[in-house]
Amino acid sequence: MTDKLDGSQSTTLRQTPLHALHQELGAKFAPFAGFSMPIEYGNGLKHEHLHVREAAGLFDVSHMGQIAIRGPRVIEDIEGLVPSDITALKPFRQRYSVLTNERGGIIDDVMVTHLPEQMFVVVNAANITQDLTHITERLAPNNSIELLEDRALLAIQGPSAAACLAKWAPDIAKLEFLQAGYFHFGDVECLVHRCGYTGCDGFELSLGANEAASFASMLLEDETLEPIGLGARDSLRLEAGLCLAGVDFDAATTPVEAALEWVIARKYRSEPQTAPRFPGAEQILKQLSDGAERRRIGLTSTGRAPVRAGTSLLYDGREVGHVTSGSFGPSFGGPVAMGYTDTKLAALGTKMTVEIRGRVHELQVTKLPFVATTYYKP
Amino acid sequence: MSALQYTTEHEWLLIEGSNATVGISDYAQEQLGDVVYVELPEIGQSFGQGDNVGVVESVKAVGEIYMPIAGTIEAINSRLEDEPELVNSEPTAAGWLFKVTLDGQADLDGLMDESAYLEFIATL
Repeated sequence: MTDKLDGSQSTTLRQTPLHALHQELGAKFAPFAGFSMPIEYGNGLKHEHLHVREAAGLFDVSHMGQIAIRGPRVIEDIEGLVPSDITALKPFRQRYSVLTNERGGIIDDVMVTHLPEQMFVVVNAANITQDLTHITERLAPNNSIELLEDRALLAIQGPSAAACLAKWAPDIAKLEFLQAGYFHFGDVECLVHRCGYTGCDGFELSLGANEAASFASMLLEDETLEPIGLGARDSLRLEAGLCLAGVDFDAATTPVEAALEWVIARKYRSEPQTAPRFPGAEQILKQLSDGAERRRIGLTSTGRAPVRAGTSLLYDGREVGHVTSGSFGPSFGGPVAMGYTDTKLAALGTKMTVEIRGRVHELQVTKLPFVATTYYKP
Repeated sequence: MSALQYTTEHEWLLIEGSNATVGISDYAQEQLGDVVYVELPEIGQSFGQGDNVGVVESVKAVGEIYMPIAGTIEAINSRLEDEPELVNSEPTAAGWLFKVTLDGQADLDGLMDESAYLEFIATL
């Protein structure tokens, strides 16, 4: 019996401002993107996953990069980096988008918010350095780009997340999905977004790193709210059909291939009124009209064996793609996976097979998300 | 004191005459987390000591099962097909994996009794 996950800790790993609190809460740690991160707490991953779907969970996502960008034309300038309509983004509204390279590949997926006198961008922990370089190289030099290293980021996710937070800041319940605001929780001011990475209603709170641990402890006094590790964060996002950067796409994958064409602004589509300026626009818009050869799909199985990343997808005995993320979905109640295949085979219901340890298992292309999302859109 | 013997790969076995029952240790199930799938060998298959004979999977990880002793699979715990969580709740009882008929004289070298195993995992 050997566990293939590397749970070892190294002294060179960085810690989030909540590290001591995680230890107090009994977390198991593992390295992730250069940080020692809580993977799960005492009750296990499955319990944590289901608790988020049924009540609410608190995730420490302080490893992620929070970037403030300011400049005289910052909104237009950022629009030159991503395929999304940023100039149409109203104040205190947030949008999911991707940073692209000259070949149309996805460097990273990002959340962009229009705040007073700044654009606030959240990027993946593993990509912070690379994203900062990319943004700095391409943005007009009269912008200032600041990595907010003195900020923590907490995600409160689940159907009772709003109630947990509204006890302290009643108006938080009025925020809509992908809306932001500044809220006071006693003495602590947080920049709150109604967003998340679980498919559930929920919030992400950016606050001062030195206040974060006591703030999280204060929230956790509410018994409906439990600490949740990165393990359940991964199974929750997979059930929600959300990509993990570097895993479900990389710099050689375009937004069209990744089934993320919805991030591409309408104004760049048929009869474009506005010339797109984002890197790789030509390749991406050509794929948008002509189609791409491969496409990200969801897969489910009638059996119970989880289909892990790297497994080859077979159709008529021939290899037609591979799995990029795969696990057992605790809420779905069976194996769920995402992967890439020929666009011709991406139709829902297409049957494929995989061979796992010498045994053949049947999969079928299934609509994403696997579990219905419950975002708050009144 | 339990009659279970343990391997460094965290399987346990209970030898009764020329037969043995095999499972994974409480420590192993704890490390692995919530078990969602168990893949077992087929009845009648023969394996040498240390052979990879199946897997115990949690949401996040795949744990390999190694044959703790040479022998032929005589029975498998079919309850695990629908109730893999038994490996978590009762790893050394209802969560057993398979039963083996030993090949002649069993090689017990390298197996640990429970106290030796507890000392071993304390060093990990």
